[in-house]
Amino acid sequence: MRRLGHFERVIVIWLVVSAIAMTLVAIFLTPILPPGNGGAEASSQRFDNEVLTLVSTLVCALIFVYFGYVLIVFRQRRATDGDGPPIRGHARAQLVWVVTTTVTVLFLAAFGTYELLGGAGGGQGAKPVFKSFSSDQLVSAKDPPLQVQVIAQQWQFTYRYVSNGGFESAQFVLPANRQVELHVTSLDVIHSFWIPSLGVKADANPGFDNIAYLTPTKVGNVRIQCAELCGLFHGYMFDTGRIVSPSAFAAFVKSQSQFVSPVTKYLPSFSGKYLPDPAFRAG
Amino acid sequence: MSLLQKLAAIAAALVVAGVLIGFYIVDILMAGPKALRPGTPGPNGSVNLTIQTVAAAGSTLTANPSWVSYFVRDPSNQWRHSTIWTLPAHTLVHVTVYQFDGDSGLRNPFLAKVRGTVGNSMTVNGKAMNVLNPDDASHTFAIPQLGLIVPLKGVADNAPNQCDFGPCALSTAHQTITFSFYTPKKGRYRWQCFVPCAAGFLAGFGGPMQTLGYMDGFLNVV
Repeated sequence: MRRLGHFERVIVIWLVVSAIAMTLVAIFLTPILPPGNGGAEASSQRFDNEVLTLVSTLVCALIFVYFGYVLIVFRQRRATDGDGPPIRGHARAQLVWVVTTTVTVLFLAAFGTYELLGGAGGGQGAKPVFKSFSSDQLVSAKDPPLQVQVIAQQWQFTYRYVSNGGFESAQFVLPANRQVELHVTSLDVIHSFWIPSLGVKADANPGFDNIAYLTPTKVGNVRIQCAELCGLFHGYMFDTGRIVSPSAFAAFVKSQSQFVSPVTKYLPSFSGKYLPDPAFRAG
Repeated sequence: MSLLQKLAAIAAALVVAGVLIGFYIVDILMAGPKALRPGTPGPNGSVNLTIQTVAAAGSTLTANPSWVSYFVRDPSNQWRHSTIWTLPAHTLVHVTVYQFDGDSGLRNPFLAKVRGTVGNSMTVNGKAMNVLNPDDASHTFAIPQLGLIVPLKGVADNAPNQCDFGPCALSTAHQTITFSFYTPKKGRYRWQCFVPCAAGFLAGFGGPMQTLGYMDGFLNVV
């Protein structure tokens, strides 16, 4: 029986170590990878993170096995002042290295492109360049996204329910299992609207309508926070949103729109961005 | 200089730098207003809190006399310049605001709706209201973590006998706003003004809007 060479030994050890490591990673690490499974985008992002983690596990295992093997097998066993044997290159090793890294990089490029083109996880909707529904499309579309505007100001987010009459509320409530089109803007400085567990983060810039999509799938509370240093109370610019059933959302719309109706008449017409007056103090 | 002397010099320099950095950090931590217990006993275990808002803080109690500011009245009936107030938990707080500043207008009209107070309402000069014309707002008293916001009506521009510098006497032109709210469980809750009322600062939100002790503060609920 032919004795395995160094290369074959490294490969065999690597395969064994990889099988063990990937099993452990799959069991213990991937279930806790962010951002979780609270929404379609979050699930897609977590799938991407799982793939990248497993690929990283393979690469790390190869590096550790290779170095471990070299340190053990090719160590200098006796003290000597002499030079080691000259290194003249190894065509096969070079070929394997180039092919392996090329395949890995091309795989990741193809995987990333496929994920982006599928609209998965980026919050950009069904396509990478996803246009907002016009009002005509909203009427004709069978299942249009729910339009909600996020208005950032120092230091609180408020929310305008565009598809439900345009009332504004301090409460962020969304129905589960329905695509939501967020229009994110700011009235003063740069903020960033971030719901970690739903995998959505969108810059809130004054004078800009930043559109992001999400489809929450699990009923429950979500933490909202500002992810852009925005002044004295940036650290306190957080909120708790609620993902509820469609019927609970309908009840919320009814009660909240009534509650805020005294102030709704003062709100400007819905716009993707606002240039509020006064921008400066009158005095 | 020997190696030992060089090492000793480096060590001494590091110690001096560390002490200076320590002083700097302590100074930052100690800066800002001191917490006050401004509440006075009210009926049935409630607490009365009396505050005022002024267009210019004045030099009597503050380091920035031209800045817009809040003041709070302590149990000895003295106006104090602090926006960190200690209040008991799960207690009804009756708030009286004497508002001496002119109107600036809210940047977001939605914040003109009174929320989070008992009955989601307030009184302005004795008249019950649950919303204010956003253009009439001079300031707000808001605790976003509690969902509480009260817009404060401004003094008319042509009102006679207006106050120049705080703390202002009640004999000068002002609006009186009252409302009540329940303090939550123990914790630290920030409060703030939402009106861009910082005259002379970018977008009206610099200076006193970004400095504890003027238009922002904390409720230390204990």
